[in-house]
Amino acid sequence: MSKIHVTTTVNGDQVEFLADPRESLLDCLRDRLGLTGSKEGCGTGDCGACSVRLDGTLVCSCLVLGVEAEGKTVETIEGMANGNELHPLQRKFVEHAALQCGFCTPGILVAAKALLEQNDNPTETEIRYWLAGNLCRCTGYDKIVRAVMDAAAELRGEAA
Amino acid sequence: MRYHTPSTFEDAARLAAEASGITRFLAGGTDVLVQMRAGAVIPDDLIDLKKIPGVSEIAQTEEGGWRIGIAVPGARLGAHAGLCADWPGVVEGMELVGSTQVQGRATLTGNLCNGSPAADSVPGLVAAGATVEISGPSGLRSAPVEDIPAGPGKTTLQPGEVISAILLPPRGTAGGDAYQRFIPRTEMDIAVVGCAISLTLDGNSIASARVALGAVAPTVLLVPEAAAAITGTTLDDDALAALTTAVEAACTPISDKRGTAEFRTEVAGVLARRVAKIAYARAKGAEA
Ligand SMILES: Cc1cc2nc3c(=O)[nH]c(=O)nc-3n(C[C@H](O)[C@H](O)[C@H](O)COP(=O)(O)OP(=O)(O)OC[C@H]3O[C@@H](n4cnc5c(N)ncnc54)[C@H](O)[C@@H]3O)c2cc1C
Ligand code: FES
Ligand code: FES
Repeated sequence: MSKIHVTTTVNGDQVEFLADPRESLLDCLRDRLGLTGSKEGCGTGDCGACSVRLDGTLVCSCLVLGVEAEGKTVETIEGMANGNELHPLQRKFVEHAALQCGFCTPGILVAAKALLEQNDNPTETEIRYWLAGNLCRCTGYDKIVRAVMDAAAELRGEAA
Repeated sequence: MRYHTPSTFEDAARLAAEASGITRFLAGGTDVLVQMRAGAVIPDDLIDLKKIPGVSEIAQTEEGGWRIGIAVPGARLGAHAGLCADWPGVVEGMELVGSTQVQGRATLTGNLCNGSPAADSVPGLVAAGATVEISGPSGLRSAPVEDIPAGPGKTTLQPGEVISAILLPPRGTAGGDAYQRFIPRTEMDIAVVGCAISLTLDGNSIASARVALGAVAPTVLLVPEAAAAITGTTLDDDALAALTTAVEAACTPISDKRGTAEFRTEVAGVLARRVAKIAYARAKGAEA
């Protein structure tokens, strides 16, 4: 099986890798580029643990082929913190204990950031619908939703 | 697996015509990749259509209808004010497909060509009278959407044929459409029954209607008897009763873990009444 050479931008850096055309973007990120923050929970679009942005759009990286990333921009959880400084969403997840095992967390953070960029003041219902494709098996969703609301308030400049 | 990125529909059609093994087109990939992952379908040739110019565009046609590119994902339909104003039922059907992440990729054309009888966007397209433009070895042809599904997982497209656009007719004045499905939860599930209705009014009376049902037969159904039951009426109780009878008579569902045949048939009638009322209110100017 001949591999295809892919050039793409991940978290602002231009990267190259060789991909089997059947390989998902998730597998390419994890196995070819060593970016293991995105997780595989199901591989079939149901759990959202693999959520990334592709040219700005929130997608499941398990449902994108690595070769489809050619010439595009990809944003993953690894690009969220600024050096050692956590993004407000990440900080609020820690403060609210919105994670237990943490397997779902990268996907939820990437998805929540995409929401807050298009709606800086979402209602609880809007957050729950937006995150309906992100499954968490341990924490329960209340803390996650509260952490997102609190981060949104901080980003709007309101004291929570 | 060979991965192709043609830059014209002619090339895509030619690649498909020349391919001898299992061939799939790649739009959003939300069915194709799931099937590959499950080992159910591993294509020998995968033809990615997203590099063809114009496939991500939504454009108004000269007649006042809409031309929707085959790679436009659900989220983009929902964000398009003009399309939502004209065909809210088509848009709400597609918006029910999957999560936010799936909405970033999944397309109307993929939903249609995957051939599921429960495909959520297809009843709305059928009710709207949408057509598809098909590129093939012998040039372009067009077909009504209801002629495409041939049974679960099957379409009437011939080898080498590829859909190059979806076309919605002009909405005109005093028209409305709607789609609803029944699922046991509020998100992320497969329709047990789906129903879409599009109608136009002349004053208070229904001048024309199209009724489509999902998940109650091997393909999405257009039900002319159900449309006839409400045409010429003001959607009064007698008309709603006649609609229910006609819809139930058209249902030939299977019984499975999602619902028995009897349950599906009854729910189809219930949904048809609800959807007819919404379409009627929208034709009267109600906001979607
Ligand atoms: C988590 C999840 C939830 C889902 N929920 C729903 C749901 O609620 N309701 C629902 O109806 N579906 C649902 N789906 C199924 C799927 O998302 C839809 O069917 C979607 O619309 C498929 O579109 P796509 O662009 O991803 O298709 P693809 O996977 O790219 O293609 C699907 C099929 O269409 C063919 N095809 C694509 N483009 C063309 C073309 N231009 N011409 C000819 N053939 C073509 C392909 O060969 C393939 O057989 C869900 C999927 C997932 C993963
Ligand atoms: S791993 Fe992609 S959605 Fe579960
Ligand atoms: S914290 Fe374990 S799955 Fe969410």
